[in-house]
Amino acid sequence: MSEPRLRESGLTQTILRRFFKHKLAGVAIAALAFLALTSVFAFVSPYSPTVQEPANKFQTSSAQHWFGTDELGRDLFTRILYGGRVSLAVGLFSTFLSVALGVVVGSLSGYFGGWIDSILMRLTDAFLTFPAIFVLIILGAYLREQQVPWLKNSVVIVVIIIAALSWMWPARLVRGLFLVLREREFVAATRALGGSDLRIIVRHILPNCIGPILVSGTLQMAYAIITESGLSYLGFGVQPPTPTWGSILATAQNHVFRAPWIAFYPGLMIFITVMTINYIGDGLRDAFDPYVVHAEK
Amino acid sequence: MTAYAVRRLLQTIPILFIISVILFLLVRTAPGGPLTSARRNPNVTKEQIEALEEKLGLNDPLPVQYGRWMGGVLTGNLGESIKFRRPVNEMIAERIPNTLLLVGVSFLVTLLLAIPIGVLSARKPYSFFDYAMTTVTFIGQSIPVYWLGLGLIVVFYITLKNPFTGAHLFPVGGMNTQGKSDLLDTLWHLVLPVAALSLGWIAWYSRFLRSSMMDVLHEDYVRTAKAKGAKENVVYYKHALRNAILPLVTLIALDLPSLFAGALFVETIFAWPGMGRLFWDAAKGRDYPVLLGVVMITAALIIAANILADLAYGWLNPQVKYE
Repeated sequence: MSEPRLRESGLTQTILRRFFKHKLAGVAIAALAFLALTSVFAFVSPYSPTVQEPANKFQTSSAQHWFGTDELGRDLFTRILYGGRVSLAVGLFSTFLSVALGVVVGSLSGYFGGWIDSILMRLTDAFLTFPAIFVLIILGAYLREQQVPWLKNSVVIVVIIIAALSWMWPARLVRGLFLVLREREFVAATRALGGSDLRIIVRHILPNCIGPILVSGTLQMAYAIITESGLSYLGFGVQPPTPTWGSILATAQNHVFRAPWIAFYPGLMIFITVMTINYIGDGLRDAFDPYVVHAEK
Repeated sequence: MTAYAVRRLLQTIPILFIISVILFLLVRTAPGGPLTSARRNPNVTKEQIEALEEKLGLNDPLPVQYGRWMGGVLTGNLGESIKFRRPVNEMIAERIPNTLLLVGVSFLVTLLLAIPIGVLSARKPYSFFDYAMTTVTFIGQSIPVYWLGLGLIVVFYITLKNPFTGAHLFPVGGMNTQGKSDLLDTLWHLVLPVAALSLGWIAWYSRFLRSSMMDVLHEDYVRTAKAKGAKENVVYYKHALRNAILPLVTLIALDLPSLFAGALFVETIFAWPGMGRLFWDAAKGRDYPVLLGVVMITAALIIAANILADLAYGWLNPQVKYE
């Protein structure tokens, strides 16, 4: 009687249990959730992220200004909270976009093989030999000057260009998984029962790839956040006055002799965010890998 | 093997062609344009701008412009910088050695540190050293290179000073002190940029080598080497490492674009006169011929390095056959 129910709730629970066994991954997910919440609720701060108060410039940490103020007298803590919105949103959306694109390319390539595979993989190779940052800079400069209204919003631009230059890694991963899985019995069985290609890909093979895709998604997100901040730092990403961690860091560089703390905090936030994402990825990898045995600690 | 190398080279032609067309279209159709500053200048008349456009060929149809540019590239002429009125070849040729010096030294430092760290971690897994290194590598992989560079400047240039003379500990701008041009001075200028560029890579490769060593250590030939009484160092560094390092060769080739990207940040922060810095300056001034030249040269360098890595892989691993 009870056996079928046990089996039904088995897989997800096992994976969750294994994930939280990785203690640092649990801590990391809590920390990331906390960071996300603070930036969502940034409006609670009594200060504005953009209104300038030159009289208060270059203040060090105090009870009023936790992280001090910047070169225009704006509260740095508030600006960093708002900057978190941009960095986390860019990270999340560009990851979705690039993984989605990668999954489509990778599954078509791996499932059908032949000339489809040849063309798609040639294209993937071409994108992989690209020195991405150079192209990101050119694209960032280019798209900003187009007269398309919805492209005026530089956050959208950054999401698109990061995704456009990072779908290759999930694509190669998914292709590799498909090459193995398409030869398996359950695929042959579905085909024998008359299942269409689309149904086999979406309903039967893809669910088996969820683990590796999630893990590569975390790598992708860490990459996206570092890249967004880097682009904004170089001046080709999200544009002022929208605060982002990268652009705060860029202006801080000009005042690094007078006020080094302005450079410290935004970088620290990038670092902590990327670190938590990396730990979550590590936890997911262990959770989905049936061969990892956790040392009893 | 020569045939293989030739075929690989031929395969890169369509890739380079696609890259060049996309980039050329992007760069040439961008508004703003190279004459923006001239247009804003009230002293420059409309006629002068038109004459300039005509002279630079900016009014020709795009395929004609592409053909002219590509013809130049094929004959080794990347055009002339709009801002500096100098041949792009010359500008890039000046910068390439500096970038290669920065990247090369960083790469050497990376391997010299990552290999022993990876081997030692795999030798005593779950030891204190291994846990310490795991933490350090996680930190190293998560630090953005631009923040690390700024941090190094704050610590080693602004905060810490030579206690006796009060001088800065390390220089943070350019390749040489004014008026000096000896190698020692350049190496001195390399310390902080190389540190900023290497840390993440040391973390990544030592981590990778640790897991690859762990895989290899279960193999029969390692047990055989141990059983016949070979010294431990010989077993690890000769028998095991030689095989564990193979996948690293492929990985390094794949990572090259990222290494150049890191160099771009480091060059911007430390005012290192390399290709990345040249590119950044050109992007701010929309100096198209320079932008295109740098990207094409970098892409070509990366492709060449990829082919070399493939050939090195075959040389290291005789099981690989090139058809």
